[in-house]
Amino acid sequence: MTLLTEKVRDIQAAVAAIPEGATIMVGGFGSPGTPFALLDALLESGQGGLTLIKNDANEPGIGIGRLIEAGRVRRLITSHLGLNRTAIEAMNAGRLEVSFHPQGLLAEKIRCAGAGHGGFLTDIGLGTEIAAGRREIELDGRCWGIEPALHADVALVHAERADRYGNLIYRATASNFNPLMAMAAEQVIAQAYRLDAPGELPIDAIHTPCAFVSQVVQVDRATSEQGVRPHGL
Amino acid sequence: MASDTQRILARAAREVIPGQIVNLGIGLPTRLFHYLPDEMEVLVHSENGVLGCRPRRDGEAPDHDMIDSGGAYITTRPGASVFDSATSFAMIRRSRVDLTFMGAFEVDAAGNLANWKIPGKFSPGIGGAMELAQKVRRLVVLCSHNDKHGNPKILARCRLPLTASGCVSRIITDKAVMDVTPAGLAVVDIAEGLDPADLQAATEAPLLIDESRLGRF
Repeated sequence: MTLLTEKVRDIQAAVAAIPEGATIMVGGFGSPGTPFALLDALLESGQGGLTLIKNDANEPGIGIGRLIEAGRVRRLITSHLGLNRTAIEAMNAGRLEVSFHPQGLLAEKIRCAGAGHGGFLTDIGLGTEIAAGRREIELDGRCWGIEPALHADVALVHAERADRYGNLIYRATASNFNPLMAMAAEQVIAQAYRLDAPGELPIDAIHTPCAFVSQVVQVDRATSEQGVRPHGL
Repeated sequence: MASDTQRILARAAREVIPGQIVNLGIGLPTRLFHYLPDEMEVLVHSENGVLGCRPRRDGEAPDHDMIDSGGAYITTRPGASVFDSATSFAMIRRSRVDLTFMGAFEVDAAGNLANWKIPGKFSPGIGGAMELAQKVRRLVVLCSHNDKHGNPKILARCRLPLTASGCVSRIITDKAVMDVTPAGLAVVDIAEGLDPADLQAATEAPLLIDESRLGRF
């Protein structure tokens, strides 16, 4: 793990260390919480053959949509692509392999990895197409599906505030998958609008303790090119 | 004259009891927002991580970190909270959400619901629909009674891949309000001016109709 005193990086250096073919968790539900600056830097950095784990595929031309359009993404693990027609086209044309999970199971698989568990038991989806091929066991007289934890090499997360040690505070509905992913990956790169000295964040308002975070990058507020939309998302 | 959609929404709003926690599905159900008066103490849950959302008023500046699960910029009412996705779905799976409204491609006499996939045509993923359908205490389907070609959407048995089985409590369409009962679909209300025989003709599932007790809407 990175020493507390060595976590603040420049954005290019932070993403340059991500290997080709990495499995990367990306925070965000639609635009809020999506680490747009890190994703744009990753696109510039050039790594391909990536597996991305994100709730959705953003929209065409922004966020992970740009990486998919540039052919950098081999596989996407997600819950819904409804707002990104270019991602749906890439999937239908066979250029992008997509695995769908119900949204809450996706969150829980990530939470489980972050909690150091191997997986969990659930009754969600039993008997439906989504549970096809899933292992089942009986416990306390009930049937349960086994859902393995979902791990990643890297997580890219977005926070409203951070300190130099990597403590993170999320804002409003920009929280979503970020605190879960910030615990689940081997390397966690956080971008934040505001970067403070240790001691400046109220200790009982910190959502992700710094122990989970590898690197912190201070970024400017997202612009309209980076997903701030007049209509929402 | 109210449109079919407005009639469905106005009827659906009568399902909400003050004090409840309610989730509004994407699409038509989201528009129910505008039928819930401000003074009504109801917290609207949105699965992206907010309990107590409400629509922005005209002229209210958008907060770009504040959306509902359909992606609209929203705001919150007193008593609201925000949380991560795992907490949001724990709330759903633990049945702490009292009522949800969802759209449907097909719904059937046994309360089975299909609303996420049309193989070969529409498969953008299931999002949060499966967990909501399976775990929210009461699921009310809001949909048109027939598709745009006039085919029934209220079937004897769903043919599309299911979102969840036996999950629907009540169905509200432009033509009728129907309850899922062990004996089949029981018509509660019928559209003003519609003949029960014509309702049955527009429906694949056999309907239980007691004309002496039928409401109009």
